[in-house]
Amino acid sequence: MANRESSFKNMVITLFMVTFFAAAALGFVYDMTKDAIEMAKLKAQSEAIEKVLPEFEELGETYKVAAESSEDTIEIFPAYDGDQLVGYAVKTFTNNGFSGYISIMAGINQSGNFSGYEVLEHTETPGLGSKMNEWFRSTQKSSQSVIGKNPESHRFEVSKDGGDIDAITASTITSRAFLDALNRAYDAYKNNVVENTGSAGQ
Amino acid sequence: MNQWKNFTKGFIKENPVFVLLLGMCPTLGVTSSAINGLGMGLATTFVLVMSNMVVSIIKKQIPEKVRIPSFIVIIATFVTIVELIMEAYLPSLFQSLGLFIPLIVVNCIVLGRAEAFASKNNLVSSVVDGFGIGFGFSFALVLLGGIRELLGSGKLFSITIYPENYVTLLFVLAPGAFIVLGYLIAIINRIKKD
Repeated sequence: MANRESSFKNMVITLFMVTFFAAAALGFVYDMTKDAIEMAKLKAQSEAIEKVLPEFEELGETYKVAAESSEDTIEIFPAYDGDQLVGYAVKTFTNNGFSGYISIMAGINQSGNFSGYEVLEHTETPGLGSKMNEWFRSTQKSSQSVIGKNPESHRFEVSKDGGDIDAITASTITSRAFLDALNRAYDAYKNNVVENTGSAGQ
Repeated sequence: MNQWKNFTKGFIKENPVFVLLLGMCPTLGVTSSAINGLGMGLATTFVLVMSNMVVSIIKKQIPEKVRIPSFIVIIATFVTIVELIMEAYLPSLFQSLGLFIPLIVVNCIVLGRAEAFASKNNLVSSVVDGFGIGFGFSFALVLLGGIRELLGSGKLFSITIYPENYVTLLFVLAPGAFIVLGYLIAIINRIKKD
């Protein structure tokens, strides 16, 4: 097999050509998929909002709340049915998961209670921490679900730490992180929505 | 040469996971369910076929000394393409594989085939080899993922087979990957002996 000679010139030219074509191909694919990726993300987000709130017609203007410790922001989406406010969807997060970052869409209804939640992104252990998407809405035990509660009526900590919510079996760290994210969502809601409008749900 | 043999060798005789023991990191990491294994296997197959194809076309143009860097750039390009396409059109699979897609770049199977096969063989053989090894890899991952999913969460391809109360959680965790892989390698070795 007669390869090209490994002279300095040949090597520079080869590497340049290879990287040049690679860059061109990547640019092309990036451009092609950019819109689709954006759409997929938006779709996932709006589907999550629909799941966590009671039925609504349209979303109002989004609030963005800068988080205290990282560059991540919490987003608050008010939802209206006609003129009537039905609740807020809060996109919240935590960095304390068993494998780090978890992002959650939480719904807060007019009375200031959680009406639902949906885990958007996580890398928790399958079969253990990944159960959080079902666990905290299960009605098997009243101390397990977070639906219909808020951090003022109940202590949003796992029962092992003296709170009112039961942790996922064998996944205390994930459960703590999950509740941390919900507390963050509620704080953001309280500081930005309740204070601005005078009272909850107006 | 016999292309059929070229294709089938990837399944048992030269199976990348069970016999060559290459690409252990994604193998152990993603196989907590059969569908993850399948997704990872097919993504790797695509990268393998494409990189084998390109490498075998331009092999004569590449000077010996910059061979490896050129191959890596080619492989990385295809991996990024897979990542972008998957994120755009299969967002749920992308989410569950997430971290492991970029790691295909450093999967020694891909570089290994480019170096050991595609840079020495013609276009057709290289593409066939890519498919063979890729499907062999997918087969291994689905087998491993299926067994772990079945034992560890009572499901197969997310369909519940038996109630969750009877599962052995260990199998979806890291040690389960090693245990199942060990037994599978033993079985394959036994089959190969005959």
